[in-house]
Amino acid sequence: MAPLLEVEDLRVTFTTGDGAVNAVNGVSFALREGETLAIVGESGSGKSQTAYAAMGLLARNGRATGTVRYGGRNLLELPQRELNKVRSEEIAMIFQDPMTSLNPYIRVSDQMAEVLMLHKGQSKRQAVAEAARMLDAVRIPDARARIGMYPHEFSGGMRQRIMIAMALLCRPKLLIADEPTTALDVTVQAQIMKLLADIKRDLGTAMILITHDLGVVAGSSDRTLVMYGGQIMEEGTTDAIFATPTHPYTLGLLSAVPRIDREDEELLTIAGEPPDMSRLPPGCPFFPRCAFARPENATLRPPLVTLPDGRRRACHVPVEEILARHEAAQ
Amino acid sequence: MTAPILQVDDLRVTFDVPVRGGWPWTPARKLQAVGGISFDLQPGEVLGVVGESGSGKSTLARAIIGTVPSTGGILFEGQDLSALGADARRSRRRDIQMIFQDPLAALNPRMTVGDIIAEPLTTHFPKTPRAEVRQRVQALMERVGLLPNLVNRYPHEFSGGQCQRIGIARALILNPKLLICDEPVSALDVSVQAQVVNLLRELRRDLGIAMIFIAHDLSVVRHISDRVMVMYLGRLMETAPARAIVERPRHPYTQFLISSVPIPDPALEKARPRPVLEGDLPSPLSPPSGCVFRTRCPKAKPRCAAEPPPPYEVGPGQRATCHYWDEPTPMVQAAE
Repeated sequence: MAPLLEVEDLRVTFTTGDGAVNAVNGVSFALREGETLAIVGESGSGKSQTAYAAMGLLARNGRATGTVRYGGRNLLELPQRELNKVRSEEIAMIFQDPMTSLNPYIRVSDQMAEVLMLHKGQSKRQAVAEAARMLDAVRIPDARARIGMYPHEFSGGMRQRIMIAMALLCRPKLLIADEPTTALDVTVQAQIMKLLADIKRDLGTAMILITHDLGVVAGSSDRTLVMYGGQIMEEGTTDAIFATPTHPYTLGLLSAVPRIDREDEELLTIAGEPPDMSRLPPGCPFFPRCAFARPENATLRPPLVTLPDGRRRACHVPVEEILARHEAAQ
Repeated sequence: MTAPILQVDDLRVTFDVPVRGGWPWTPARKLQAVGGISFDLQPGEVLGVVGESGSGKSTLARAIIGTVPSTGGILFEGQDLSALGADARRSRRRDIQMIFQDPLAALNPRMTVGDIIAEPLTTHFPKTPRAEVRQRVQALMERVGLLPNLVNRYPHEFSGGQCQRIGIARALILNPKLLICDEPVSALDVSVQAQVVNLLRELRRDLGIAMIFIAHDLSVVRHISDRVMVMYLGRLMETAPARAIVERPRHPYTQFLISSVPIPDPALEKARPRPVLEGDLPSPLSPPSGCVFRTRCPKAKPRCAAEPPPPYEVGPGQRATCHYWDEPTPMVQAAE
């Protein structure tokens, strides 16, 4: 079966006053129907820009090259009109901060109905009724009465539910969620992640979940893609990535997170700071912080290699060496 | 047991909220941000304070350092700070320092890093010789992991993690006895967060500073604290040693809070039941009567609305404010 979305050699460059910033440097991945892919990385890793570029949502000074194939077409070359159609009916996106994504001056009912009137040609009455059903589906209590309220009259968690409902109105095949729970409290985060899991189960929507929170990734994704410095470090099934990380960065990230179910004496840290994206090292972007780095590889960029189990990794260090270190740490 | 370094007794903070559309003489509505919190802090102890937005945890910190007016007793080493004269109070305040969430916003962009770190010292002890100031700044920069030759740089030249180290150095220059950390690592990336958490643990071990560590991330709080206080809507829900709060939470809110924290382990995460706390935080302008958590509590009974629960002794060093703490909490099972 052909994948739902296929990204090949995606590159994003921003032209700034300080020169070109290469936010994404040759990212390739595929997403099957109904699958949840988590893209993990720290600030500046290019995880969000990968999604924005695919959706044609880059800032004005950004330029994307490569291909983003969806339904047999390259989204990067589609004219605006057609892209708008794909973006509304096929792929939907939700963002980190629901308050800035909703128009504060317009009632929720009108904002939601507009989507259906524009794209499905429904009458206002039909559209509002459908919107209320969708708010019910994302479990907003008393949806019929509250749909006429303004966004500020809802709590943060409720607003994120409204965003999810709005994204689902046209029954998209793919939902891109960019840090959907980062601005929310932990109990609300649990509510929203449960809701997204229910949606995936009931509607079979494929999902790209962009996040920095490894805990969220563990509970809700089939596959995980780890990014650093605008490049893929490692990609594989979520179970495999967490159980046997084969990249020094993944290994470092996993041991740097404090876990509530464990009492560690000291957290293992990754030395140094994330890279300056306008001055990336010539070889592996992780080289300056890597505990396994070898001086002879300083200027050599590791290729993204597929392992026998289908996992992909970009690293000069042999897998065995990293697995041995991982086992020793356990 | 030694004398506590800080004793907080029935601390209350109330804000006036003007009534919208009211007349100028309409009395303002009262918002109780902190409603009767009591605790003791031992010298060298790390007390974690967790709670979600609106739980009053930051207001609690502000009340302790005296930047918001409060009622109730705050005794620092047995002295009531609010009863002291201005001079005496200023000299006592040296012993309490604070670090903040947004490390860049907490630093003056027009001052060099060296001046920022030295400022508390030159303010409280203006007669310190310049050579000594410079020497102490350099020693502290090394202590927190900054290269001393960066002393003449400005804050914007540093990353978030480095700015937080500058904030920590500045807080330490007066050798405080109590350090209040308000979400010190929540703005940092995971790999940098671990560095700062380790630094705070080291400082505590080497210098014996007592800390109040406020955060919403329970995993971090558990990692650094001896004891944890859980707050909800300005009230104390549960206090317990860090291990007990995670392994044997007794208050239903703590139980939901712990089960909501995701664990970065897919095998564990997909297998364990994930009870989800339904509903939203009630408005702090009209908190529920009796127990403030009862509107979302699955085991609320009429008694919960009638009388606010006192802190019950539920285990060694563990207190829960719930009338029915010894009954099992019926948990909503998450979708499998």
